[in-house]
Amino acid sequence: MMQAVLGSGGLRRPESPGLWALAWRRFCRDRVGVASFLVVLVFFGVMVASGLSLVAADWAREVGVNYAPPTFVGPGTAERDAVASGSPRGEKAHEPNPADPLADVLSEIREKKPVSRGDTDIVDPLADALAEIRAEKSGAASRAEILSATLAFGGDRWGRDVLKKVIKGTETSMFVGLAAAALTALLGTLFGALAGYYGRWIDDFFNWFYSIFTAVPYLLLILAIAAVLNQKGTMTVILILGLTGWTGIFRLVRAEYLKHKVREYIQAADAIGASHARRMFVHILPNVSHVVLVQLSLHVVLFIKSEVVLSFLGFGVGVDTVSWGSMLNEAQSELILGYWWQLAAATIAMALLVTGFSLFTDALRDALDPKLK
Amino acid sequence: MNPEILLGVSDLRVDFRVDAATTLQAVKGIAFDIPVNSTVALVGESGSGKSVTALAILGLLPKENSTARGEVRYAGRNLLAAAPSELQKVRGADISMVFQEPMTSLNPVFTVGFQLTEVLRKHLGMTGAQARARAVDLLREVGIPEPEARIAAYPFQLSGGQQQRVMIAIAIACEPKLLIADEPTTALDVTIQRQILELIADLQKRRRMSVLFITHDLALVGEIADHVVVMRDGEIREKGTAEQIFEAPRDAYTRALLLCRPQLGRRPKRLPVIDDFLNSSGTVPEMPERSRGLRGDEEIVLEARHLGKSFYSRDGLFGRKEFKAVVDVSFKLAKGKTLGVVGESGSGKTTVALTLMRLHEASSGEVLFDGRNLLAISHQEMMQYKRRIQIVFQNPYASLNPRFTVGQLLMEPMQVHRIGASESERRDRVYKLFEEVGLPETSFFKYPHEFSGGQRQRIAIARCLTMKPDVLICDEAVSALDVSVQAQVLNLLQDLQDGYNMSYIFISHDLAVVKYMADQIMVMNEGEVVEVAGSDDLYRNPRHPYTKSLLSSIPQGWRGPRYFASLGRNETST
Repeated sequence: MMQAVLGSGGLRRPESPGLWALAWRRFCRDRVGVASFLVVLVFFGVMVASGLSLVAADWAREVGVNYAPPTFVGPGTAERDAVASGSPRGEKAHEPNPADPLADVLSEIREKKPVSRGDTDIVDPLADALAEIRAEKSGAASRAEILSATLAFGGDRWGRDVLKKVIKGTETSMFVGLAAAALTALLGTLFGALAGYYGRWIDDFFNWFYSIFTAVPYLLLILAIAAVLNQKGTMTVILILGLTGWTGIFRLVRAEYLKHKVREYIQAADAIGASHARRMFVHILPNVSHVVLVQLSLHVVLFIKSEVVLSFLGFGVGVDTVSWGSMLNEAQSELILGYWWQLAAATIAMALLVTGFSLFTDALRDALDPKLK
Repeated sequence: MNPEILLGVSDLRVDFRVDAATTLQAVKGIAFDIPVNSTVALVGESGSGKSVTALAILGLLPKENSTARGEVRYAGRNLLAAAPSELQKVRGADISMVFQEPMTSLNPVFTVGFQLTEVLRKHLGMTGAQARARAVDLLREVGIPEPEARIAAYPFQLSGGQQQRVMIAIAIACEPKLLIADEPTTALDVTIQRQILELIADLQKRRRMSVLFITHDLALVGEIADHVVVMRDGEIREKGTAEQIFEAPRDAYTRALLLCRPQLGRRPKRLPVIDDFLNSSGTVPEMPERSRGLRGDEEIVLEARHLGKSFYSRDGLFGRKEFKAVVDVSFKLAKGKTLGVVGESGSGKTTVALTLMRLHEASSGEVLFDGRNLLAISHQEMMQYKRRIQIVFQNPYASLNPRFTVGQLLMEPMQVHRIGASESERRDRVYKLFEEVGLPETSFFKYPHEFSGGQRQRIAIARCLTMKPDVLICDEAVSALDVSVQAQVLNLLQDLQDGYNMSYIFISHDLAVVKYMADQIMVMNEGEVVEVAGSDDLYRNPRHPYTKSLLSSIPQGWRGPRYFASLGRNETST
């Protein structure tokens, strides 16, 4: 036998291109597909590096003045003043706004303010504690001085680097998207395979189950499950999305199984004595895997967006984690004050990944579906 | 005598662009003429370029990836160079076409009458009432019963043969001078095929038109053609009058096509294959005949008693409608012998096979094998019997899992049934089987899509052999194969039977093939067995009227000039 393999191997490549190899070749011919694949790969690398704390591990440190503008914009006058005078962070210099109808009143109040503060005689009950803290802080006072006026892509309310936040947010959002899509694909494929292969009452059962799930409005369902799980966190978001999203994949996989189970090659497998499980997962599954794979990547995109929506609504990840959704949530109040960079950073990152992933998915579908060729 | 030429093809070349680097030459410079008022047959196996030639004549080839060069002369101009609008006038009015699949050629959402009158109104400018009257006439002419009622029928309400008749009615509606028929009877049963052939021959005679008849079946052509053109790989191997082709074929390939098919009158030990003709000087040594039949004292391996299978469809809210696919089928299969099962589509022959193996659960009856009733035992018990009864399916493109390598396909049954002590021992066996069924050793790591139809059927047979079955069911195992490949696979099956002393149940609609392979033949019609007899007996002396009509429908090949035409004339005169 070995001889036979060696003999044939010597003459020609023993492995001939399988269907996956052919698909890969087709994929490589699609330039947009390859470019988007590279984008997805970069994001994946960022996610892994961030997950292993190789980058952006110190995202929560205050490294800049609050709302530090991006370096390419340059430090604003207000920030420069703030750094120079050491006045409480977070307040802009009070330039009178000519359009403000209350401008006069405001300036009046502002002029009065220092006077009134000096007049109070109330004893602060926390004065001692405060003094202690101040003493402690004075030791580290030098640190306040090295807070930079500008950051690579700006800073947030607490002077945290937006770029690092985006990287950390990428980790969270992408992990949620991938894990939830994997869970969805697993559930959808399993249910679809069982329902499509066995038919009869098993099919009826899953179809009823499916109908119930799809009868509830999507957002309401998500909020209901969030309420039941009753705790915030990345795992919760994954569970919410994974448990609600399997319906579409279920229908598609079921249809594929219905089609394939009556094919002759499955009858042939039955004739040689292959068991039900073997026919279902060894014979049919590889033949429908392209459907699952394409759905998987479509759902990654969908869930990344869903996570953003959930976090924006406040049902998403906890306060101690950062995701694109929570960044956008913060950005909504910042934008009024004119600090656009957090919004821009999260949006650009999300748009890049979602567009890249969608194009990648399209290319993948074209490469894997021989019918289109 | 130089007959007037209706359409002349000269130096026709058709190229298909597969991708940027490769072009496929489908037709490589062919030339033939279609004389006025005659039938020309274009014969060839799959991939010979015969259908492409027809499409090129009509200008129906896809413009994006194909080019046709050369000349197609019709009424003083070259159709290949004609403007699209000019071609459109010629198509349908002067030249029309009938396709292979009547079920897909008719639009399912329109009535037959609508599709017929549409042609009449568009090309002949008839009014609605005129067109309708003409449509009824046409339907009557092509032999549709009650044409006044059937004109309002939808295609699905007609049988396959009737649908093909409607297609022919549409094709001849504008009184074309040339009718191109592309395998018009291949999808039909033998008895229907005969009727359609008679119809085409009759119409040709009556309307004095020419017919270009495209087929893979040389025997069919012998009955209706005046001229025969034999094609292979895009080239013409031989052309001439039917008489010359059948009486004195000059080309080795033509001879091979004539002799590779099993003939009713003879049963050589081995069928000649195409290589015998092409490699040697073109003469094949005479083979000793094989004698078939049962002596009556053979050991019986498998016996079916009163087998029945019903399918149910929902009828109303709670009702079920019963459809009896198989009714009370009993037979015995002797060791080392072949039971042939013949019948037309829907006769239940495949259902019998699937029921025997419990791929379908039988509704009634029993199957005795090794003293056990296979239909009554549990699935666990059935496992050990499963490997001893195996099946080769009709379509070699569908019966092999496309995601498995050939090695995996052949190893799987041995793994499932724990045949062979180790993986390497199993692999040894696979390589031995490759040799036995005539596959190269390199097949082990290849995927099914890299093989031709004949090779795939060899893979399917090898897969059955891994389990050393006692009974092998061949369900139309050679029907999807070309004539030359069919002979090779039949020889292989015969060699294997001689070697392993297996019993075969050989199911086919092709009576010549069954006659060649079987010792005993069971004729089925509408789920019932109408006749069981020894194979020579059955053909010599059929008792049941259905058997008789089946046998008389077999294309006989060359039977003298214009056999059908004379037949058609007799019919119309009576």
